[in-house]
Amino acid sequence: MMMNSLKNPFNFPKGTVIKGKWNQKMYVLLKELGYGANGTVYLVQNENGYAALKMSKNSMSITSEVNVLKAFRRVQGSSLGPSLLDVDDWIIKGSAIPFYVMEYIQGPNLLDFIKQKGHSWIGVLLSQLLRDLESLHEQGWVFGDLKPENLIVAGPPYRIRCIDVGGATIQGRAIKEFTEFFDRGYWGMGNRRAEPSYDLFSVAMIALNLAYLKKFEKRVNGQAEIVQMMTKRPELQLMKPVLLKAVNGHYSSAKEMRKELLSALSSPANQKKSEKNGHLSNSAAKTAAKPLPSRKAIHKKKKNRKLLETFLIIVSLSFLYLVYLFFQLI
Amino acid sequence: MKTGTLRQILLITDGCSNYGEDPIAMAALSNEQGITVNVIGVLTNDAMDDRGMKEIEGIAKSGGGVSQIVYAAQLSQTVQMVTRQAMTQTLQGLVNQELKQILNRDISMEELPPEKRGEVMEVVEDLGEKANLEVLILVDTSASMKEKLPIVKEALLDLSLSMNARMGNNLFSVYIFPGKQREVERILDWTPKMESLTSIFSKLTPSGMTPTGPAIREALGQFMKKRSARSLLSSDDEFFEESV
Repeated sequence: MMMNSLKNPFNFPKGTVIKGKWNQKMYVLLKELGYGANGTVYLVQNENGYAALKMSKNSMSITSEVNVLKAFRRVQGSSLGPSLLDVDDWIIKGSAIPFYVMEYIQGPNLLDFIKQKGHSWIGVLLSQLLRDLESLHEQGWVFGDLKPENLIVAGPPYRIRCIDVGGATIQGRAIKEFTEFFDRGYWGMGNRRAEPSYDLFSVAMIALNLAYLKKFEKRVNGQAEIVQMMTKRPELQLMKPVLLKAVNGHYSSAKEMRKELLSALSSPANQKKSEKNGHLSNSAAKTAAKPLPSRKAIHKKKKNRKLLETFLIIVSLSFLYLVYLFFQLI
Repeated sequence: MKTGTLRQILLITDGCSNYGEDPIAMAALSNEQGITVNVIGVLTNDAMDDRGMKEIEGIAKSGGGVSQIVYAAQLSQTVQMVTRQAMTQTLQGLVNQELKQILNRDISMEELPPEKRGEVMEVVEDLGEKANLEVLILVDTSASMKEKLPIVKEALLDLSLSMNARMGNNLFSVYIFPGKQREVERILDWTPKMESLTSIFSKLTPSGMTPTGPAIREALGQFMKKRSARSLLSSDDEFFEESV
């Protein structure tokens, strides 16, 4: 077996009809949505409307993903992954290409969404994600390969969804698929065993990725570098204690992390600052008082400038008068 | 089906062999004895010459394993992926054999309806999680590999991290070729953890030859030696040897 993840092995034109061998359902190919090491995803249409169809030369990875989607279907109340619509083989030129059809989830990926809408959405969407993870974890699964590229924001109303479940792993086993930046093993901050805290580490790293809108590499001490990056960004100021707990593996459940995230985000904006400065504990008074000094400062500056102008005029006038007097005397 | 031990040789190289036996033949020999050979080709610049590429594919094909050609930066992810894929491939082959016996006809997993295929896949994944794994790693230390050795070391540490998250036991052993005195030299004896590699790798001095064929032969010999030593000791280990 030769793998070549650099190139897309399929190149079917628009309008190609894909017909399943077992269920005899037909799909018209509209366009390619993306491809990766584990297959190619197309947007297709049939009598029920749009759907996403994933095919791969690797029957094992298709089958494994179908198993995960079926298991996710049993997770009550969670709509994190796409729903599974069909599984089949397409016979073309004498060989079978295994494929499955799933719900088409439309929207920008999480990174593009934050680029467009701004950082204030980070907390909201992450708390949605944590709620879904909570029910997934309760059913004995761990998501594994959590990253913004795999997360789509559908809506409005905006709702985070996941489009790639290839990394989902039964708890207690070894994580099936991961991406270095979001993997605690890469940062030297834990093992690769599927447990809820593995996903929660990834969630914290997603927040970091979204705040910087880019990833960075480990240099020497992964843990110190993560802490430093979290401290530098003002957008993460409120979330920071929660994120730090998550990367250090101090949360045992998504529920616990979500609760603390929400309470951190909902606290009055200036409370943190004022506590640090050792001012009065009444934050309302502070918010009112805060803007004043700056306005006063501007005022003061203006006043200073006026004084300077008057002074200069007086000086120059008196100088001219002196010159006049001097000439008069001569 | 009992949980057994999967045996693999993982070859990390950046080009063609130029000394000793044909590595493709040695890989075939190894496959005959139930030891899979996987190859990772590490790219220096943008290209690898055609001959090197063909050899890498050829070794994996005749060795019943997986090959992948990557840039040095992607090595960590690739090493664990290749190891895993080869495990699944071997296990699937074994499951197909079992199916043949049960159904009494020549049928592979692909020919089953998707529903049944899913059930078989669950069995394969379960076995992959619980099986014991022995990987003998062969690292090419010819001159051109010199600057890539730190990345190779990182990738191997990462491999043990990934594999040790499984329920099954793991043993790794590392050999380099060419060695200081011999064509092939052991730098790490069978161990579940590879941390001690850190100190060894910094002392390596790469040299000119690339005896890939002799390296695979030697690796095979080490597996055989290990197996016969085990059969002499009638220990609990015996259990793991049975089915695979």
